Amino acid sequence: MILAAAVVAASPPIIFAVLGETIAEKSGVINLSLDGLLLLTAMAGFAAARAADSLLVGMATAMAVGALVGLVVAVASLALRQNQVATGFVLMLLCQNLAYVLGTPVAHVPGPQVPHSPIPLLQQVPIVGPVLFRQDALVYLSFAAAAAVWWYVFKTRPGLMLRGAGEQPAAAVARGVDVVRLRYLYAMAGGALVGLGGAAFSLAVKPGWSRPYGIEGTGWIALAIVIFGNWDPLRAVAGAYLFVLLQTLATVLQSLMPHVPTQVFPTLPFPLMILALLLVTLGNSEWTHRVLRRLPAAARRRVLRALRALEASPPAALGVPLEPRE
Amino acid sequence: MRFGLTALVLTAAFGAGILAVLGASPLEAYRLIVIGAVGRPERVAFVLAAWAPILLCAAGLLFTFAAGLWNIGIEGQVIFGAVFATGALRALEHTGPPWITVLLAGLAAILGGGVWGLLAGALRAYGNVNEIFGGLGLNFIAGSLTVYLVLGPWARPGIASTSGTLPFPQTVWLPTLTIPPVAAPTEILLGVAAMGVAAAALRGTYFGLHLLAIGKSLRAAHLRGIPTTREVLRAFAACGGLAGLAGFVLVTGAYSRHQLFPLISGGNGFLAILVVLLAGYSAGAGILISGVFAAISMGSLQLPLAMQLDSSMGGVIQSALVLLIILLRGVQARVVHREGVSRSPL
Repeated sequence: MILAAAVVAASPPIIFAVLGETIAEKSGVINLSLDGLLLLTAMAGFAAARAADSLLVGMATAMAVGALVGLVVAVASLALRQNQVATGFVLMLLCQNLAYVLGTPVAHVPGPQVPHSPIPLLQQVPIVGPVLFRQDALVYLSFAAAAAVWWYVFKTRPGLMLRGAGEQPAAAVARGVDVVRLRYLYAMAGGALVGLGGAAFSLAVKPGWSRPYGIEGTGWIALAIVIFGNWDPLRAVAGAYLFVLLQTLATVLQSLMPHVPTQVFPTLPFPLMILALLLVTLGNSEWTHRVLRRLPAAARRRVLRALRALEASPPAALGVPLEPRE
Repeated sequence: MRFGLTALVLTAAFGAGILAVLGASPLEAYRLIVIGAVGRPERVAFVLAAWAPILLCAAGLLFTFAAGLWNIGIEGQVIFGAVFATGALRALEHTGPPWITVLLAGLAAILGGGVWGLLAGALRAYGNVNEIFGGLGLNFIAGSLTVYLVLGPWARPGIASTSGTLPFPQTVWLPTLTIPPVAAPTEILLGVAAMGVAAAALRGTYFGLHLLAIGKSLRAAHLRGIPTTREVLRAFAACGGLAGLAGFVLVTGAYSRHQLFPLISGGNGFLAILVVLLAGYSAGAGILISGVFAAISMGSLQLPLAMQLDSSMGGVIQSALVLLIILLRGVQARVVHREGVSRSPL
C-alpha cells in the first residue's frame, strides 16, 4: 500500500506529459521534443515559481513554454511543411541545452513546493483513502485531467473533430472543419500539458533544479507510452502508472541488491519499453505474418487474436502534412 | 547552404539574447568560444580530435537517412564500439606488436557497433518497432552496460569509480601527425575518408541506390524487387559499424582519455544527426559543418571556468542554428515554390 501511494504520488508528471502528447498526436502532430521540453519546463516552472514566490505562476510559465514549443513544431510542419521528426529532434536538443544554460542560477537552491493536502473525508476510506486521497493537488489534478481528456476526445463534438483531423483530414476539411487551425490549437494545448508535467517534476515530485536533473530519458519513455497506450488517454495513463511502478520497483530492487552498481537500476525500464513496443507492434509486421503462415491454422488464429488485442495503430494521418488544396 | 549567413546572424542574436538574460556579455562569450577553439595550436588539435568521431557518425548516418530511417540509436552504437575496442585492447594488450592490437581493436569496434545497429534494424524490420524508440532504448541499455563494466568486471584495481577503466599505455594510442605547430590526430583522416566513401557509395553502388529508393517509398522499392528487409538491415549495420569506429577513436585517439567511461559517446551521435540534417548527402558540406560544430563544442568548454556559464551554450548555438535553417528552408519553399512538401528528413 505504501508502494501504491508512492507510485500515485510520483506519476503526475508522466501523466500530464502522455496526455499532452496524446492530444497533439491525435490531431496529427508529433511533438518529438518531449525529453528536452520536460527539462526546460521543469527548470522554467521552478525558476518562475521561485522568482514570483507563487506556484501558480510557476505552472503557468511552464505551460506557456510548452505551448510555445508546440507552436514551433506546428508552424514548422503546417505553415513551412518541414519534417516533424526533424524539427522535434532539433527542438529536443535545443530545449535540453537551454534548460542547462538558463538553469545555472537556480541550480541547487531551495524554492516553493506543492504542499501535501489530504482530502478531508475521502482520506478516511480504507485502502483507497491513503493511496489516492492523501496526496498533493497535482495528483488530484492528474486524475481529473485523465478523465477530462478521455471524455473530451471520445464523447464531445470538438473531440470528434480532433480525431477527424488526425484520422481523416481530407474528409474533415470537406465537412468544413478547419484542420490546420485545429492542429495548431492541439499542438499548443498538448505542449502546455507537457509543460505542466515539467512543472510537476520541479515543484512536487523532484523539487528544485540541478544539472543533470535526473529525469533525462523520461520524455522518450512518455513518447513510447503514447504508442503503448494506442493513442487512448486512459490506456496511456495506465501505461504511465505501469512505468512509475517499474521505476519504484527498481529503487526497491536496488536496496535488495547492494552489490549491483546503483546506476544500472534506473535503466531497467528501457529494455521493458522495447519489449512492450515489440508486443504492440508485432501484429503489424509483415514478417510476423510470414512466420505465422507456417503454423497450423488453429494456433495461428489464436496468436493473431492475442496480437490484435495488444496492437496499437496510430492516427492515420499522424505526421503527414495536409496536402494544399489547388 | 543558401541560408547559412542569415541563420548564423539569427543564431548569434538568439544566443546573445540568452546570454543577456543571464547577465553575461555575448561578445565576451563568443570571443572565448573562438579562442577556446583556435587560440593555440593544442586547441586546434583538440578540435581536430573532436571532429573525427562526428565525421564517422555522420558518414554512417548517410546510409540510414538515405533509407528514410532515423537511427537515433547511434549513441548506443558508439558506446558499443568503445566497449568492444576496450575489450579487445584489454585482451591483446600484452600479446604481439601494438599496431596489430590497435588494428584488431578497431575491427572489434566496427563489429560491436554493427551488431548494436543491426539489433535496432532487426527490431524495425521484423518487429515493426519504430527505430527511434528501439534505438533509444538500446542507447540506455548500452549506457548502463558501460557503468556496469567500469564498476564491475573492468574496474580499476583497488578503486572502482565511475571515472573510468585504467587508462591504456601510449603504445596503443593512435599516432599524431605533426604539421607545425599542430600535432594533428590521424583519426581525422579516417573520418574524412569515411565521409567521402559513404557519400560516393550512395551515388555509385547498387546498395546506395537501393537505399535511396527505399527512402522514397519502401513499398514501391519492394514491388520493384529490391530486397528491402536485407538492405535496411545492411544500412543499420553499416551505420553502426562506422559509429563503432567513432567509439574506437574515443578510446584510442591521441587526445582521448584512453579509457572506457560512462557516457563515452558524449552526444557525438546526436550532433552528427544535426550535421546530416544540414548537409544532406553532400560530403563536402558534412565535413565543413562537423568541423564548425566540433570547434563550437570545444570552444564552449571554456565558458564554465571563465564566465560561470554552462558549457551547454555550445549545444544551444548548434541546435538553434539547425532549427533556424530548417525554418528558413520552409520559408523559402513557401515563398518560391508554394508546393514544396517535405516528407523525407533531408
